[in-house]
Amino acid sequence: MPVAIVLASVAALLATAVLAVAIQGRRSASRLIYLICLGACVIGLAAASYQLVHGTPTAPELHLPIGLPWIGAHFRMDALGALFLCIINLGGAAASLFAVGYGQHETLSGRVLPFYPAFLAGMNVVLLAADAFSFLVAWEFMSLSSWALVMAHHQDPENRRAGYVYIIMASFGTLALLLAFGLLAGPDGNYAFATMRGAPHVQWLPSLVLILVLLGAGSKAGLAPLHVWLPLAHPAAPSHVSALMSGVMTKVAVYGFIRIVFDLMGSPVWWWSTIVLGIGAVTAALGVLSAVMQRDLKRLLAFSTIENIGIVFIGLGLALAFKANGMHFASALAFTAALLHALNHSFFKSLLFFGAGSVLSATGERDIEKLGALIQTMPQTAFLFLGGCMAISALPPLNGFVSEWLIFQAILVSPDLPQWGLKLMVPAVGALLALSAALSGACFVRAFGIAFLGRPRSPAAKAAVETDVFSRAAMGTLLALCVLAGILPGLVIDSMAPVALGMVGQSMPAQTGIPWLSIVPVAESRSSYNGLLVFVFITISTLVAIEVIHRFASRAVRRGPAWDCGFPDPSPATQYTADSFAQPIRRVFGPAAFAARERVDMPPPGDARPARLSVALRDLAWDAIYAPVGDVIIILSEKLNHLQFLTIRKYLSLVFVVLVALLLTLSLWN
Amino acid sequence: MDLILELIPQGAQMILVLALAPLLLGYTRKVKARLLRRRGPPLLQPYRDLLRLIRKEAVLAENASWLFRSGPYMIFSATWVAAALVPTFATGLYASWTADLIAIAALLGSARFFLGLVGMDIGTSFGGIGSSREMMFASLAEPAMIMIAFTLALLAGSTQLSYIAQFMLTHSSLRVSLGLALAALVIVALAENARIPVDNPATHLELTMVHEAMVLEYSGRHLAVLEFAAALKLLLYLSLIGCIFVPWGLAPAGSSLTGYAVGLATYVGKLAVGGFLLVLLETSIAKMRVFRVPDFLGIALMLGLLAMLLLFVSRSF
Repeated sequence: MPVAIVLASVAALLATAVLAVAIQGRRSASRLIYLICLGACVIGLAAASYQLVHGTPTAPELHLPIGLPWIGAHFRMDALGALFLCIINLGGAAASLFAVGYGQHETLSGRVLPFYPAFLAGMNVVLLAADAFSFLVAWEFMSLSSWALVMAHHQDPENRRAGYVYIIMASFGTLALLLAFGLLAGPDGNYAFATMRGAPHVQWLPSLVLILVLLGAGSKAGLAPLHVWLPLAHPAAPSHVSALMSGVMTKVAVYGFIRIVFDLMGSPVWWWSTIVLGIGAVTAALGVLSAVMQRDLKRLLAFSTIENIGIVFIGLGLALAFKANGMHFASALAFTAALLHALNHSFFKSLLFFGAGSVLSATGERDIEKLGALIQTMPQTAFLFLGGCMAISALPPLNGFVSEWLIFQAILVSPDLPQWGLKLMVPAVGALLALSAALSGACFVRAFGIAFLGRPRSPAAKAAVETDVFSRAAMGTLLALCVLAGILPGLVIDSMAPVALGMVGQSMPAQTGIPWLSIVPVAESRSSYNGLLVFVFITISTLVAIEVIHRFASRAVRRGPAWDCGFPDPSPATQYTADSFAQPIRRVFGPAAFAARERVDMPPPGDARPARLSVALRDLAWDAIYAPVGDVIIILSEKLNHLQFLTIRKYLSLVFVVLVALLLTLSLWN
Repeated sequence: MDLILELIPQGAQMILVLALAPLLLGYTRKVKARLLRRRGPPLLQPYRDLLRLIRKEAVLAENASWLFRSGPYMIFSATWVAAALVPTFATGLYASWTADLIAIAALLGSARFFLGLVGMDIGTSFGGIGSSREMMFASLAEPAMIMIAFTLALLAGSTQLSYIAQFMLTHSSLRVSLGLALAALVIVALAENARIPVDNPATHLELTMVHEAMVLEYSGRHLAVLEFAAALKLLLYLSLIGCIFVPWGLAPAGSSLTGYAVGLATYVGKLAVGGFLLVLLETSIAKMRVFRVPDFLGIALMLGLLAMLLLFVSRSF
């Protein structure tokens, strides 16, 4: 029984966490712990994929007598849970494999090893939970263990700040989810998902739940404007944990959103989708624009996670809009596209974070302005990282393109939507999606070009050595998955059919029977795409071009100094920098998105001091929401501070007044 | 046997775009020279240039990586595949369902991705400036292209170019949205092919150059491949405009040889007219400052968005 197997692997992970405390400090401890985690994840993956492929629509429920005494703990693996368990355990297995090598560089492994298996276990339990109580406990467990991992290097004040912001946002998110479940459970306390599903609701209640879920799951996923913690916390953790947080934990948040909104809340109202679509589109555009501005490689990747989560939510918003209007077929298309993008993102984002981790351990640098020419010193890492960059930039024939293409196809079905609000909104969302897709290309050309190409900008970059074999194996596996999912998307889409069937009532037509393994989302006359043939065509035409050129052309190659219009400068400082690469984009989009201001300080003739260009970018979400909220809290707490210094008489009378007020309210309420 | 018969026109199209691309380039140069009252190089000059280039030895910078050497082939093949998937003389060719208009735009995006990377490989300031500006242009031109694709798809009910061309043939009428889409596509085509007013194809050693700056470090066979890819891209955009907005003469699937011959003749005619109009435009306006280009491309994006919005409101626009 797959549920029991995954629960057993969760138990094994928890035992590993205890073991890690026991054997910390030993020389081979980290390798052993990560190998056990790898094994547990592979077992979980096998069980989940078995359930996904062979599972029945009514998955059995496992009931354990732990948790709240009157409901216990319910565990169930339906198709949705199984799919996300696959994503999590695949990402977990890759991260563990990577860490077998990468963990050797960890100086403070005692702060990482116990929490890593606990984090994996927490994420697994969230996906298995079939009642609100176990869900929330596991959710909080996941948040806290990942917080501990973020704080692993707490000596750095930046990491402490990241951890502080993270724990506040995580607690806020859990609170919102707690309230959402409370509203769904109703006054009788039906905390089991099975009873929540059929429960009737007052008219306004599901809308309120939607807002709460967007706050709770959305803050974990990184939706704007609740994203501020994500680019701080994800890069602060060790790189394999960053990969897990960005590639995998955000998917747990997506799962939470789908579970509540598509599964537990019943039939949606059309205007919900406008909220989801709007937030998703803004998140996507803002995320990628911020990513283009970053110099820190890991923070750049974290911002790009925000972008991709925005894209996933655009798909989910479209699915909601179609579902509310009874267009189940289109809903299945948009929903599958969102799931596929979530899966794809977990592949390439983990791969890219592993690459960033390898660069970090080889050079000690996260700042791309201090890297350069790593393609010479770390050729294999460079190749794998390049593959990840291509996949995330949605270039055919890799996987990122397929999911974005499917979302575009879903947008093209939406003129049939009856509501005018949606009719006017969807084209704008489509434009923002296209804009973010193009900007993410620019973002990753910049990231790869500055970090891996050109000339070394620091001695550390020059002295880098290729990373270890485990890290390369983990990256290679993920790249292979990116290519496979890109050229055989039909197989992946078909495996998601039961999920879409369960959540939106219909699934996309089977894709595997179509000749040449094309994907045809609606009808062949409408659109089709064949990743395999594009891949074959590109390969063949490249080979033909190389063959022809090498047969007829001169094969002579001479190495010489760079030409650079006749004025090559030997200093690597004359290269284009990351900031100068981003300057045109900053100039076009910066004033609107970041209130960007550039100031040039040009000394007058005869003055010997250097000219300076300073750029100020502001996070508008922080300025508009977080800073005022923080100010209000500080003012309130200062006002309330004098309550600490009252006499016992005043305290007693205060208690009495509050008690009377509460009782009065209660009697009026009834 | 049937498969082979069906593959022949597709193969012919792949060869055709290769054969015609340098000719189109030579033709535009010739017409441009005539408009400027110069005699101009012969029509076949681009072929000679390519031959000369591939016979020369390739000079690489000392720190050129494997990406620098393999990049031109990747760029060339992505552009070639994209160009071969746009209907030229016939619709419904065997591989036409492999990729739709969105995928063709994305294939060109792949080519640009590698072009941007190879520009930065040597670590010179010119390469960086070219890549950086190209990526900024692309960040506006690509969404504009997607908007155009959306507009056409909403009208024709398909993103497949063959179906769009068929639709335009059978339902040809003047529409506001089509006009907007055409204007947007022309702007995108000018920007993507580094033509005036966005970039000057004849320029070299200027601070304003974009495309030339990225390929500055290339020589010999690598440069030949890149030049060929650029010529293919120009051909692709003219074929695209031709097959969508002037679909007459395109041979439908399974035509007779005469049908294909008519298609081919009209295709060459379309290229000649399109090339002439392009050059006429180029000689009549000046090049823009680099930071005017985002406004120019922004117009294309807004036109595309407006066209799409109109169609969302009513299919009759």
